[in-house]
Amino acid sequence: MDLAAAQVIGAGLAAIGVGAAAAGVGSVFGNFLQGALRNPAAADGQQGRLFIGFAAAELLGLMAFAVAMIILYAR
Amino acid sequence: MAEAAKIDPMHQFAIQPLGGGELVASPFQFTNSALWMMIVLAAILVFMWGGTRRQLVPGRWQVAVESLTGFVDNITRSNIGADGRKYLPWVFTAFVFILFANWLGAMPFAILGSHPFTVTSQFSVTGVMAIISFAIVLIVGFWKHGLHFFSLFVPKDTPFVLKLLIAPIEFVSFLVRPFSLGLRPFVAMFAGHILLDVFGNFVVQGLNSGSPLGWFISALCFVFVIGVNALELLVGGIQAYVFALLTALYINDAVNLH
Repeated sequence: MDLAAAQVIGAGLAAIGVGAAAAGVGSVFGNFLQGALRNPAAADGQQGRLFIGFAAAELLGLMAFAVAMIILYAR
Repeated sequence: MAEAAKIDPMHQFAIQPLGGGELVASPFQFTNSALWMMIVLAAILVFMWGGTRRQLVPGRWQVAVESLTGFVDNITRSNIGADGRKYLPWVFTAFVFILFANWLGAMPFAILGSHPFTVTSQFSVTGVMAIISFAIVLIVGFWKHGLHFFSLFVPKDTPFVLKLLIAPIEFVSFLVRPFSLGLRPFVAMFAGHILLDVFGNFVVQGLNSGSPLGWFISALCFVFVIGVNALELLVGGIQAYVFALLTALYINDAVNLH
């Protein structure tokens, strides 16, 4: 297998991590919505924590994307 | 059907000196990145200047500026506490710069024949901003607490055996902060603009293909690009908010030593 083909396959494999992070972000917002519907009065005060959780989950997906790009465009 | 041109999504991130020529390691070259930083600065200046005329009864513009400053002020106050005001200048600067750079970079200036450059899609820009945030944390922490600042890595009321385990983990997570802080806004813009570029090219290639199937795919991609553009605006706002929020949280660590 030549390098270009291996790079494309590797980048595709690395992109799986982005999908995993999607599940994480969905879990964060889904659980927040669940909690917010049970106690709507307390929901607004927790938005900062919501976005911290979102940022942490999203970061890992972005790192997977960065790795995919590095593999794809490395020479 | 002619062979479709190869899509080059990385071209939009290329930093070039204005007026042609080669990019050399010299501070005296005016690049497209520098131009767009100036445009972002001008937009921020106009926006802030128009809203700070201290009218007794605020107009629409002043309300917009006041709600923006109030929003960021609320981030620092609720995360750092009463003396969070001192750190508001940097948090507000970072928030507004990232917000305006993200949104100006997503504007369809191609209609006017020019090409917007997203300043925050370069890691050198967001990385330096993250280093400034991290430097503020270190300076404030050591200034206020001296060597006691290292107790940040050791949670209170933990058994001694656990402390041995947690302290290195906390230390590493502390060191990763500037990277994660700078990487987040950069990659979000980078990924979004690659997506827009690729699907924008699909629209053109589908139209040029000359077959009904190509036109159908082109229309689908056009709708998709509109959706992604809306998402890009949302992500631009969220990333600016997350940067400001995390900066405030990290400064809170340094000020109050959990």
